[in-house]
Amino acid sequence: MAPDISPFVLLFASIFTGNILLTTFLGMCSFISISRDMKSSNGLGLAVTVVLTLTAAINWAVMTYVLIPLDLMVYRYIVFIVVIAATVQMLEMIIDRVSPALYMSLGIFLPLITVNCAILGVALFMQIRNYNFLQTVAFGLGSGLGWWLAIMALSAIQKKVARAPVPAGLQGPGITLITIGFMAMAFVGFSGMLNVQ
Amino acid sequence: MSNETPAGVLKKNLWTDNPIFVQILGICSTLAVTNSLANTLIMTVAVMLVTGLSNITVSVMKTLIPRKVRMIVQTLIIAFYVILVDIILRAYLPDVSRTLGPYVGLIITNCIIMGRAEAFAQSNPPIIALWDGLTSGLGYMAVLVIIAFIRELLGAGSLMGFQVLPAGFTRWTIMVMPPSAFFLLGGLIWAAKTIMIKKEAA
Repeated sequence: MAPDISPFVLLFASIFTGNILLTTFLGMCSFISISRDMKSSNGLGLAVTVVLTLTAAINWAVMTYVLIPLDLMVYRYIVFIVVIAATVQMLEMIIDRVSPALYMSLGIFLPLITVNCAILGVALFMQIRNYNFLQTVAFGLGSGLGWWLAIMALSAIQKKVARAPVPAGLQGPGITLITIGFMAMAFVGFSGMLNVQ
Repeated sequence: MSNETPAGVLKKNLWTDNPIFVQILGICSTLAVTNSLANTLIMTVAVMLVTGLSNITVSVMKTLIPRKVRMIVQTLIIAFYVILVDIILRAYLPDVSRTLGPYVGLIITNCIIMGRAEAFAQSNPPIIALWDGLTSGLGYMAVLVIIAFIRELLGAGSLMGFQVLPAGFTRWTIMVMPPSAFFLLGGLIWAAKTIMIKKEAA
């Protein structure tokens, strides 16, 4: 059954104490390659937040009303992935029609998101932890916001790092990972306040 | 591209083009379990098998898959093998399957597998593609096993679940927490790159 956690607590917990990037390492691939540019980081962060909230809700509905009654949970990986790909595709078309300006700034990030581990990760976590609908939405939204916060913070720090004398072998991914390590330590510091698993 | 030799592919995937050191791909799904050596071994073997098998499948089917939908077809092929791995784990190693939790499913979005399918299997014959997948997985495994070895040894004083350090050993709490994985990976990449730069200069 669904654990007894208020969705509001879950929202904050997934932004700070259980930050999806810094504590479960999800969504690292695009994180490291995009984080050099603050504007793109912002766009990607927004896109991830929107897609995460939407797909978490849709996947919850598909799981509860289709997969479980039909006893098809074995195929959940495939179903989740297809739902994510379809949602992203549809979102891309809708944004293109409704707001071409937004499409220009967000459009290029959308295809990247289908293979972002964080999206599938949230779907799998909500299934394993038995969240109910409100908890799932809060968890999806919180994870997205947490990811956004982390990528913005990292790209801001990287601006400073770019002017620092970094040893040749450490430049690029090496120093980025160590920077993320320090950020993760700061976020681990929050874990005394809320502890939700 | 079709004149790749097995030895050349092995060297490339283990060192000069190592998926983690050079391409920083696919750390999402496995870094989280590197606080235990046994789990890391199981996860990386699973990644290795899925990479190899999906590579051979993509290579065999490359003329059948229309270019426009190849990403989704590749994803489905990968998801198929991951489901197999998941079922096998649940049948034979139920405890491990429970601790790995969502991370087995996350192998699907591991960028290495998709990357190898796109970069190698698309343009090479099946057998060498299988070999490329397996060695890519091996290069990936090598790095993560080093990280898991250090994290479990210093964080819990044990290896593969067996206590190896004396009982009076003060455990490094940081090693069982997520930040240490970032530090160790950053450090390893630093070491590997420094060696590479030295070799190039010589």
